[in-house]
Amino acid sequence: MSELLLSILRIGFLIALWWFVLTVVSVLRRDLQAPRDAKPLTPARTSQRPSPRATLRARKTSTQLVIVEGTLRGTVVPLGSSPIVIGRASDATIVLDDDFVSTHHASLTPNGNHWIVEDLGSTNGTWIDKTRVSTPTVFKPGTQLRIGKTSMELSS
Amino acid sequence: MTETLNRYRVSTRRSAELVLLVGAWLIGVFAWILVDSATGESSLGGWTSLLSAGLLLLITHGVVRWQAPYADPLLLPSVAALNMLGLAMIHRLDIAAAQRAISNGSPMPTPDVYLQLTWMLLGLVAFILILIFVTDHRRLQRFTFTAGFAGIVLLFFPLLPFIGSEINGARLWINVLGFSFQPGELAKVALTIFFAGFLVSRRHSLALIHNKILGVGVPRAKDLGPLILVWFAALLVLILERDLGTSLLLFGLFIVTLYVATGRRSWVLIGAGLLTVGGSLAYFAFGHVRIRFNIWLDPFADANGSGFQIVQSLYGFANGGIFGTGWGQGYPQLVPFAKTDFITSALGEELGLMGLIAILLLFAIVVERGARAAVATRDPFGNLLAIGLTAVIGIQTFIVIGGVTRLVPLTGLTTPFLSYGGSSLIANYIIIALLIRISNAARAPEVSDADLVLRQDDVSD
Repeated sequence: MSELLLSILRIGFLIALWWFVLTVVSVLRRDLQAPRDAKPLTPARTSQRPSPRATLRARKTSTQLVIVEGTLRGTVVPLGSSPIVIGRASDATIVLDDDFVSTHHASLTPNGNHWIVEDLGSTNGTWIDKTRVSTPTVFKPGTQLRIGKTSMELSS
Repeated sequence: MTETLNRYRVSTRRSAELVLLVGAWLIGVFAWILVDSATGESSLGGWTSLLSAGLLLLITHGVVRWQAPYADPLLLPSVAALNMLGLAMIHRLDIAAAQRAISNGSPMPTPDVYLQLTWMLLGLVAFILILIFVTDHRRLQRFTFTAGFAGIVLLFFPLLPFIGSEINGARLWINVLGFSFQPGELAKVALTIFFAGFLVSRRHSLALIHNKILGVGVPRAKDLGPLILVWFAALLVLILERDLGTSLLLFGLFIVTLYVATGRRSWVLIGAGLLTVGGSLAYFAFGHVRIRFNIWLDPFADANGSGFQIVQSLYGFANGGIFGTGWGQGYPQLVPFAKTDFITSALGEELGLMGLIAILLLFAIVVERGARAAVATRDPFGNLLAIGLTAVIGIQTFIVIGGVTRLVPLTGLTTPFLSYGGSSLIANYIIIALLIRISNAARAPEVSDADLVLRQDDVSD
């Protein structure tokens, strides 16, 4: 094969390789530019799409933790956007003086517009209504979170 | 082509994946033809290999369509392109070895490319099996401790008598049924699952709760203990096996997952500090580390001895220049281990800087898509798992290509998807399968059970 043809093919291969890479990058760019919720919607869901105002209302996160049972009964703890720790230790966000509560008992973490309860390896467990929390669980308004002798609920 | 992409703008982009996959295959075919025409070899076996590789990729694409329809469309084509380039380069080095054998009058070596093709087949089969059987990546969290244990055991295997074997001064291989396998490659996947599963349950405790020791906040032993234990066990085994590359890789993985899990920048600083201390200790304690380090500082001090490999590699890059010598027209066979650790220098010589940058971009795209899947996925475990798996590919690529180009000291590792080597190819296809699974969950519009509960909450608020 001639020298010239080989050099043309050599550059031709590099062009092909770069064409491939740039095509991949262009698909990547389209993918990044597409709005996050521009996923194919089924007709049923499209029609039920809530108005922006309804979405705004629904997105409202619970902002208070109300203690409904236990020594701190009646206490209202404001919730911000940072995680909180419940336990017997003095550095916990909510300190519960209760022998059934572990030093660092459980944590509440904001995730979008929900609060996630996690047990931090407590001795007596963390309960949502009648279920023991073993994996990170969504703490829904209207349910009771029980730690030792204390129960609490979310309110907005 | 643009037409197709536009039409699927807000779609799953599966057709884009198919088009790109065909493109990746054609790149491999083009490279193969150039190798054959430049070296004057015309191997009929080549076409059957190429066609079977193409068929395999098509089948894999079909399985992705069926099992993970919303998955990221760029992961598979990018790694397929790398794999095809690797196959072409291994074929090219096979020809060089055969020509050398003819001129020396020594017996013909068996070509490695067909074995690599078999490994590609097994890798894609592993990929398909993962997609079919791991329908939800969150289930892997249940195997957190099993995976951690399995990882350590896998790392420990090569030290066992009879099945363990030592090649080139490192004890990394096991021989089973006549095949040699590098269990460390699979161990990195298992350990990533362990790190992710373990850290996801402790990340708040790690980020929020500290015992003050000498005025410094230190995580509780309960939170970090098992992790440190597994990690030290892994490092210990790797030191016994003299595997610097994998120990560096696991260290990087450990720091990345800790940082992502807790979001505390101090981990990065602690990691950098530990690396400096550990590196200096290893420099003074182990002769082979000291040799590697000195070669890195001045390879030309002993250019025909210990520095030979890296010097040949650098000459290869220099010979390639900006546009390369062209397929089959350089001398990449002069670098020892050109098919495995030094495949980047072979590609750098024949494709030049332009070709090498394109290859590095493909790796960067894989890492970007993996990180994207990690950010977009809704569950914290998937999050950590995806970033861990991505980190494994990214760090490994950096360590090996950095070593070959003398940016960092050379530590033996395979280049993902390019190098000759079955364990590495299979393990990396498993990683991509898991990333595809996670990205499918992240991009799927379907409402899963967990989401349904949350949606009802939204309405009742």
